[in-house]
Amino acid sequence: MARTREKEPALGELSPPPPGSGRGEDASLVRRLLQGQELVIALIGVGLALYFVVATPDFATASNGATLSQFIAPIVFFAIAEVFILILGEIDLSVGEVYVLAPFLVTFMANDGVGVIAGIFIALAISCLVGVVNGVITVKLRVPSFITTLGTVFALEGIVLIAANGTQLDMAGTGLTAQIMGGWTWAEIAWALAVVAVFHVLLRKTTFGLHTVATGGNEVAAAEAGIKVDSIKIWCFVLCSFLGGLMGLLDGWHIASLDPSTPGLDFMFYGVAAAVIGGTALTGGRGTMIGACIGAIVLGVLEDGFNILGVNAFAYDLVLGLAILGAMVLNVQLERVRAGGSGRRGSLARVVLRAAARVPGSKPPVEEVSA
Amino acid sequence: MSPLSDGSSVDEVVLRAEGIAKRFGAVVALRDVNLHLRRGEVLGVVGDNGAGKSTLVKIVTGYHAPDRGRLFLDGKEVRFRSVQDARRQGIETVFQDLALVNELSVYHNLFLNREATRGGRLRFLANRQMRAQARRYLDEIEVDIPSVDTPVEKLSGGQRQAIAVARATRQPGVKILLLDEPLAAMGAKETSLIIQLVKGLARQRGVSMLVIDHNYTHLFELCDRVNVIQQGRVTLDKAIAETSLSELTDFMVQSYRSQVGRGRAGG
Repeated sequence: MARTREKEPALGELSPPPPGSGRGEDASLVRRLLQGQELVIALIGVGLALYFVVATPDFATASNGATLSQFIAPIVFFAIAEVFILILGEIDLSVGEVYVLAPFLVTFMANDGVGVIAGIFIALAISCLVGVVNGVITVKLRVPSFITTLGTVFALEGIVLIAANGTQLDMAGTGLTAQIMGGWTWAEIAWALAVVAVFHVLLRKTTFGLHTVATGGNEVAAAEAGIKVDSIKIWCFVLCSFLGGLMGLLDGWHIASLDPSTPGLDFMFYGVAAAVIGGTALTGGRGTMIGACIGAIVLGVLEDGFNILGVNAFAYDLVLGLAILGAMVLNVQLERVRAGGSGRRGSLARVVLRAAARVPGSKPPVEEVSA
Repeated sequence: MSPLSDGSSVDEVVLRAEGIAKRFGAVVALRDVNLHLRRGEVLGVVGDNGAGKSTLVKIVTGYHAPDRGRLFLDGKEVRFRSVQDARRQGIETVFQDLALVNELSVYHNLFLNREATRGGRLRFLANRQMRAQARRYLDEIEVDIPSVDTPVEKLSGGQRQAIAVARATRQPGVKILLLDEPLAAMGAKETSLIIQLVKGLARQRGVSMLVIDHNYTHLFELCDRVNVIQQGRVTLDKAIAETSLSELTDFMVQSYRSQVGRGRAGG
C-alpha cells in the first residue's frame, strides 16, 4: 500500500502525470486491481473450484482434497523454483530432470549401504551441484541459460537411464523418514506451503531477494551498485535445482516407485506456466512467490477437476495452453500499462481502462491519436 | 603551495588536472588540459562536439588513463586504475537514470547494496527504517516524491534524475559528482527542480559537481563557473557572475571563425 503524504503537492504539479492518472477514482481502482495479477488469477481459481463443486459431488470431498493437494504440490515446487530464475530473465529447463534424478540417488546409495538420511543430504547436495554447473556455465562461460539447461536436461536424463538401466525401481527407505519425506498423504502439500513461505520471505524480505530483482531488472545498474550479479545468478540456479531435488525425493516416497523415463521437462514447464500465469514476467525483474503459488493451485484444480469430470487428458493440455497464452497476453498488456509512456499502452488494457474512465466529463483518451 | 590566481587557497581545490593529454591513434582528443574544481562548486564544461569533453570526463572517472599530465584529488596525486577505483576515492557519475532499477521502489533504489538490515547474517531488510531514512533524506534535499514506495518506473524523467543524483550524493565519501547532460530532455519545471537540487547538494553537502552540457542557458542557471574546451585545451575559465551568455556565445563564435579562417589560410 503506497503511503502518500497529504501536504505534498500532487505528482502532476512537478511533472507530466503518469498516463491515465486523474481520470477519476474508478480508473485508478481498476488499474490497481489489474496490477495485482495475483488477485485476478485467484478469482479465476475460485471460480473454477466453484464450478467443479457444482458440476460434480466428488470434488468437494476429503479424499479429493488429498488428491488435489498431490496435484498441486509438485507444480508449486517447480513454480517457486522457476520464479527466482525467471526474475533474472533466465530459464532453467533442467529442474524437472533433477527431480527425476534425486530419488534414484537415494535409492542407489541405500542399495550400496548408505543410510537413507545421509542419502537425502547427499542427493540434495548433488542437486545443488547441478545448479552450480548450470549457473557457472551460464554466467562465466556466457552460454544462454536456455541452452545450458537444455544440455543438462539431456545429460541428466541419460545418466538416470544408464544408471537405472532403463527399468523401474522401488524407492528405498520406509518408516518415519519416508512418511515425513512425502509418504504421508499431506506431507507434500505441507512441504510446498512451507517452501512458498520461506521463499516468499527470501525474495521479499532479504537483501538476496532484493539483489535478485535488481539484477534481473537492470543488471548494469546492479553491478554498478556493487552487487555481485554473477554470484546472485549462480545462487538462483542452485536454489532452483535444490527445490527440484527436494520435490523429487518427496514424490519418490509418495509414489514409492521410480521411473527413469519420467518426463522431467513436462514438470518443469508446468512450473513455468504457473509462474507466468501468476504474474511473473519472462523478461526479468518481476515476479512473486504468492502469484506463482496461486498459479500452481489453479493449474492443480483444473487438472484434478478435469480428472473427476472424466474430461480427457488431452483437453487439459489444450486448456493449459490457452491459459498460458491468455496469461501472457494479459501480462504483456499490463506491462505496458505499468510502464506508461505516451500512447504505448496495450490495446486490451486500453479497452479496460477506457471503459473504466467513462465518468462524466472525462476526456477521450489521448492515445487514440497515436494508436 | 601557492595561492591560485583568483586568490583562494589550494586546499579548497578538490580536483585539479594538470597538463592532461590523451590521444587515440592519430586523433588527439586532449592536448593540454588544466582545470580545477573547488569544494561545493558547480563547474560547467562546454565545448563543441569533438572538443574533448567526453574524453575528459572519462579520464576523471577512471575509464581512460591519460597519456600525459597529472590528476590531484584533495591535493594528492591520484592515478585511477578503473571506474571502481575512482568511485572508491569519491568520484561518482550520474548517467541519466540508467543507474536505477525501474522495478524497485524509490527507497530500495536509494539504498541499493547499502541496505539497512537486521537479523545478523540472514540480512533481513529493515524496510521501515530505510523508508523513513529515505523520506527524511529526500525531504532534507527537497526532492519531492509523493511516496518513497513508488517504483521508479512510475516517476517522471526529472524525478528519476533527481533520485539518481540523490543516490550518488548519498554514497559514503563522495567528493565529486559528474553529471553528463543532467537536463537533457526535460521540461521547464523539471529542469528547475534538478537545478535547485544540484545547487543545494553542492552547497549544503559540499559535493563538487562537474557538469557537461551543450545548453548555455542551463549552464548559466546551474553553474558557479564555466570552462570552455576547444581542440583539447581549456580556452576560457570564468565565474558565471563575471561573464554573460552573450560574452560566452561571442567567444565561441569568434574562436570558431578564427579556426575556420586558419583552416582556409592553411589549406
